[in-house]
Amino acid sequence: MELIVNVLAATVVAGTPLLLVALGELICERSGVLNLGQEGMMLMGAVAGFAAALSSGSLLVGVVAAIVAGIGMSLLFAFMAVTLAANQYAAGLALTIFGTGLSAFLGAGFVGSSIEGFSRVAIPLLSDIPVLGRVFFDQDPLVYVSFIAFAGVALFLRYSRAGLLLRAIGEDPEAANANGLQVLLVRYLAVAFGGAMAGLAGAYLSLAYTPLWTENMTAGRGWIALALVVFATWRPERLILGAYLFGAASILHLVLQGLGWKSSTELLAMLPYLVTILMLVLLSWNPARTRLNTPLSLGQPYRPGC
Amino acid sequence: MTSAIRLKLENIVKEYPGCRANDGIDLTVGAGEIHALLGENGAGKSTLMKVIYGVIQPDQGRIVWNGHEVRVDNPAQARRMGIGMVFQHFSLFETLTVAENIALSLPPDEARNRARLNQRIREVSERYGMALDPRRYVSTLSVGERQRVEIVRCLIQETTLLILDEPTSVLTPQEVSTLFATLRKLSKEGCSILFISHKLEEVRSLCHTATVLRQGRVSGDCQPADISANDIARLMVGDDTPISTQVTAAEPGATLIEIRGLGWKSKDPFGTSLSNVNLDLHKGEIVGIAGVAGNGQDELLKALSGEIRTGTGTITLDGVNIANLFPDQRRKLGVAIVPEERLGRGAVPDMSLADNALLTASGEGLVSRGLVRSGRVREFSREVIRRFGVRCTGENNTAGSLSGGNLQKYIIGREALQNPRLLVASHPTWGVDVGSAVAIHESLVRLRDEGASILLISEDLDELYQLCNRLGALCDGRLSPLAPTSELNIEQLGQWMAGEFESGEVAHAVA
Repeated sequence: MELIVNVLAATVVAGTPLLLVALGELICERSGVLNLGQEGMMLMGAVAGFAAALSSGSLLVGVVAAIVAGIGMSLLFAFMAVTLAANQYAAGLALTIFGTGLSAFLGAGFVGSSIEGFSRVAIPLLSDIPVLGRVFFDQDPLVYVSFIAFAGVALFLRYSRAGLLLRAIGEDPEAANANGLQVLLVRYLAVAFGGAMAGLAGAYLSLAYTPLWTENMTAGRGWIALALVVFATWRPERLILGAYLFGAASILHLVLQGLGWKSSTELLAMLPYLVTILMLVLLSWNPARTRLNTPLSLGQPYRPGC
Repeated sequence: MTSAIRLKLENIVKEYPGCRANDGIDLTVGAGEIHALLGENGAGKSTLMKVIYGVIQPDQGRIVWNGHEVRVDNPAQARRMGIGMVFQHFSLFETLTVAENIALSLPPDEARNRARLNQRIREVSERYGMALDPRRYVSTLSVGERQRVEIVRCLIQETTLLILDEPTSVLTPQEVSTLFATLRKLSKEGCSILFISHKLEEVRSLCHTATVLRQGRVSGDCQPADISANDIARLMVGDDTPISTQVTAAEPGATLIEIRGLGWKSKDPFGTSLSNVNLDLHKGEIVGIAGVAGNGQDELLKALSGEIRTGTGTITLDGVNIANLFPDQRRKLGVAIVPEERLGRGAVPDMSLADNALLTASGEGLVSRGLVRSGRVREFSREVIRRFGVRCTGENNTAGSLSGGNLQKYIIGREALQNPRLLVASHPTWGVDVGSAVAIHESLVRLRDEGASILLISEDLDELYQLCNRLGALCDGRLSPLAPTSELNIEQLGQWMAGEFESGEVAHAVA
């Protein structure tokens, strides 16, 4: 029992960085912009967060620095992909390569340093619930931030007028423009939100998950988030499911190894990716529901008045 | 009709590089007046509408709105002034509900209370006889219902001038009469309507006054009810263009094509599937397929051309089942296709006319041992240009540089010169000037008289009635029975277009 609770709690922790970055990308893609630069933005967030926290001694300053770094990177992308209407795939890939290199350069002096990362803060009353209390309400503060971000994104898309605007622009920017909506402004904001969330996800890795900086420490999570958004068919409730499923599978392979499972480590390390994608493919069988949530203009640059 | 003047345009000029789209246009619309704006494609109608709706700014001229001179900077300002517009291509979002679509174009404070908005949508739509459920997704609505959403969206914003761009081209005859009732009611309540159309009989029955444009100028103002459709047409096209073709009676021969149980399932959840289409075509006849856009016309054309081969059922051409053959194999057997999109499917815009000829006519001795015989290609291309009166400077012109009408004449000519046994043409005169349309109709009739079967898919009922021996309609991927044109009245055809027929019946049974 003790083992199961610990595994579940670790699952939430492992899923959180993925959830954060994927929520940002979901909003970004819903506006019709595909930003393949998640990995680069996360790394920049991680290094900026770690550097700022180390030099200031404040974790909060670190988190803010990470978010600012993520937004800065995303605006660079937005300038290319939205203002100049460049190819979104190429611009996003360039951002990842740029971010990977720049973060390694900036972080070279920090390798080997360590800080006291975020520690667990139990929420009174809620954390006393058996099993669930330990799993969801006895975690570090950034996990709670991810819960709030999830609820915010889900409610924003479903109920707010701004969410409606976002969905409309992602479906058909031409028609949105004909209706007098500010396509470019909304796309800029969506990309910037994606950047902020990627930066935050990076900070989670370098300030909470493993409080240190190593080169390329995101280990492909930015790419998994991109796949997750697609397989979650652009719906936040599936996104959270997928993120935790991935978390569970990646913890499971450690547990299985710990229990002396005789199998190749590489095969087990593949498990999280396989399980997550398989599950989400099975979930997205209904084409009509999927179509209702797919941003049709995804990846297509939009130039007003052409 | 009241005497108050709602909108007055004086000497509107709009110039584009190479053409004067509007060349000094005057137009006056009174309060509660239904005013028709008539003209051919390229006469300057859409430019003028865009000027009124603030999409573009005129180079010269004055716009007077309710007695005050105004500048309309953008569509949002036009809407605030009380000008609403329903575009020919709707600006609706398929994945949103009716209410969400309408909320998007309202000021935020009016859209916030969704329950009240739903109530207002119901009220407005019922008052004008256009039933709408605000909670339905636009993707589930028919084209006619989508048009209602656009109109209700305008009316909910207290519009006093409603501009409608070719609103009837997407409706069944019954839907047209419902729309007209709505418009008349609006007019009685004082809303002015600017009705853009090229269907003269409709304009005569609905509109109080009309302004006719030709080549960017006003060629006449009239009261359409008082003069004949022929006189209006003369104002539109000028004196020296033939207005219509005299179609001689056809003498259908033996059966050429038998389509039995043709079905195909669309992979797109919002797409149209074909189900159990049965159809016979005889040599030397033109068969027309009516229907509102998006009811399977494109799918039927693709199933015949071979772009769709994954369906069920058989297509027999002279005893050979061609349902599983590729497009080029079918072409060798004498199947010619004229698709709806001239640029992109009928022709490659950036390639010369000669190269475009090669695309489908390579079987006419234009290729030898895998090498292009460019002399022959040019000769063939020049022959098409000469025989079908294509206006261009030569076979080196790119397809994209030709006007719609001339390119369509070239495409039809290219297919006709290959002596097809079956020609499938989709909307061949859509967006084509009257002179070219007449020439295209004449080519189709000539081909028919040479013994070819022609399947004509069109939304233009006048065209179908004029050319076809037998008519049917597609609705939601199902084909109605076919009836001889002379025995089929327009109400019956309208019911078929709306899907009121027994499905799966062998379509030639009525003939």
